[in-house]
Order: sequence, then C-alpha cells, then structure tokens
Amino acid sequence: MEKDTGGTGGSFEERLKAARSKQGLDAPPAKPPSGDAGMSPWGIGMRVGIELVSALVVAVAIGYGLDRWFGTKPILTALFVLLGGAAGILNVWRLFAPGRG
Amino acid sequence: MAAEGSSSIDALGQFKLTTALGPLGASVNFTQANLMMVVAGAAMLGLLWIGMRPRAMVPGRLQAAAEMCYETVMSMCIEQIGQEGKKFFPLVFTLFFFILFGNLVGVFPYFFTFTSHIAVTLALSLLVFILVTFVALKEHGWHFFSYFVPKGIPVVLTPLLVVIEVISYLSRIISLSVRLFANMMAGHVMLEVFGSFVVMLGGAGFIFLFPAGLSLAVNVVLIGFELLVATLQAYVFAILTCIYLHDAVHLH
Repeated sequence: MEKDTGGTGGSFEERLKAARSKQGLDAPPAKPPSGDAGMSPWGIGMRVGIELVSALVVAVAIGYGLDRWFGTKPILTALFVLLGGAAGILNVWRLFAPGRG
Repeated sequence: MAAEGSSSIDALGQFKLTTALGPLGASVNFTQANLMMVVAGAAMLGLLWIGMRPRAMVPGRLQAAAEMCYETVMSMCIEQIGQEGKKFFPLVFTLFFFILFGNLVGVFPYFFTFTSHIAVTLALSLLVFILVTFVALKEHGWHFFSYFVPKGIPVVLTPLLVVIEVISYLSRIISLSVRLFANMMAGHVMLEVFGSFVVMLGGAGFIFLFPAGLSLAVNVVLIGFELLVATLQAYVFAILTCIYLHDAVHLH
C-alpha cells in the first residue's frame, strides 16, 4: 500500500477506490449502456412497436407532403410506406445490434 | 344493475385540461398542467436548495439525495457522451428531473400528469432533436451529412439508403415523444379503469364485494408499477438524449 503523502487527491482517490472495490461497494454499472434498461418483455415489445410505428409515421407524412407538393397523389406515399418500413426495421436493428451503430 | 347511471367508464376524462388558480388562471389560460410543471420544477429546486443548504462534509439524508441526483446524471453524461458530456449536463439534468418529477407528481390523487399529454412530450423531444442537430452542425459543419451515408455500401444503393437513414433520424422525434406519452397515459388509463371497477362493483351488491376488493388490490399493484414506469421512462428519455448527443458529437 502506498504511503499517505499528505492529502494528495490522487492517492486518496485510488486507495478509496481499492477499498470500495474490496468491499464490493462499487457495483458494476447495473444498467446496460443502451436505452433498453433490462426491461420486461412487455417493455421491449413496447419499444420495438414504437420504433417501427414512428418510422412509418414520419415516412408517410413525408410521402404525403411530397405528393401534395408535386401533385402525384398516391405514388410517393406508397413508396415512402415501404421506405418507412425499412427505416423502422433499421431502428429496431440499431436497438438490438451488438455494439450499437 | 345498481350502478346503471354511471356504467360507462370515462377513462380519458382525466386528461382534460381545465384552468387552475381561479379567475386569475382562467384569464391567461393557466391550466392545471402548467401548475403541475411549476410544482415539479419547484420540487426539484426545493430538493436541491434545501438539501444542499447544510453543505456538510458528511451529508444528511436530503443532502445525500441531492448529491446522488447530481452524480447520477453527471456519470450518465460522461459515460454516454464522453468528457464533452459535461457541457450538456445542465440540459440532461433539467430534462431528467423535470420529467421524473412530472411523472411522479401524477401518482398523487388530485394531481395531474403533464407528461401524459403528447403536446408536452413532443415539445420536449423537438427541443432535444433540434439541439442535437444544431450541435452536430456546429461541431462538424457540412461533414455532418456524411452521417446519413452508411459506410461500405454499393454506390447504386446509396440514394435509397440515405432516404432510409434520414427517415430513421427523423423518427427519433416521434419515438422519443410517443414512448413517454404512451407509457404515462396507459398507466393512468389502467388506474382509472380499475378504480371505476372498484366503485361500480362495490355498489353492485354483496356478492360483488370480492371482485371489487380484487380490483382495489390490482390498483395498489398498479400504483407501484406506475412508480417504476415513471422513473424508468424519465431515465430512458435522459439516456436517449445522451446517446443522441453522443452521435452528434462523435458522428460514430
């Protein structure tokens, strides 16, 4: 063990850390770093559903807006529904991908 | 049925806005949601101010709570965003505790949960979204738009994937706001429904007393569950803000 050199912050911090980890006080971070904080199946289902639907909502809104703008009534909306579904899957993949990214 | 008159359950009536503070509030449309926002903010400031007043070396209970709030959010910022995260600490702290106290305040009878309104959660998530985009543009300039071009894909697919990435990026606004709003609203609707069961079954006659008691028990469990959801959703909102800020600062 290191000698106390008269209140240098670093050595005290180190010793405190060592003592705490010996006592098991420094619990490893209980929550996984991503947002899905160890939730129940219900919570996971809720999150996946929201990710899927929100992407779809945004895509349909964009498609409908562009349709109104260009006057190509159903085409772009239909196209963006597909793209929105893909984006929703991408969101869900991001949620559960190993090493998020 | 004895309870024929009130046999319909008005589960959504509880979310209706009315003006608070009498004629003064009515003249400026100060609703009970606004009042609860003030209450939540005041409760947080009160905890910090009263808790930190002793400034003791060995903290008392309230001071320990106040310090724990600070340290939890600080470590969340540094772990998720990195050392730059300290800059965003005030924002994340404010968001986390505004939402947390808003959710918790709603569990009390006669109180109102302002986070059960999509207008409120959408405003919060728009704030986060605009800030994140602004930070990313400020940090990286035009290079920010490379965020939407995934690496290592065939050139032919690029336009398609860019559109999908942009939709995915924009869907953060909806998913962030709807998650909080839906969780809070669902919880309070369930409370209302089971609360109505207690009243209706309790008034329906002797043999219905047992199911009425069962509904009451369910409600007690739901209150506990609601406390869990309130904390978890505030945590999720704050941590997702941190993750988005991380993406904005580091662009992967």
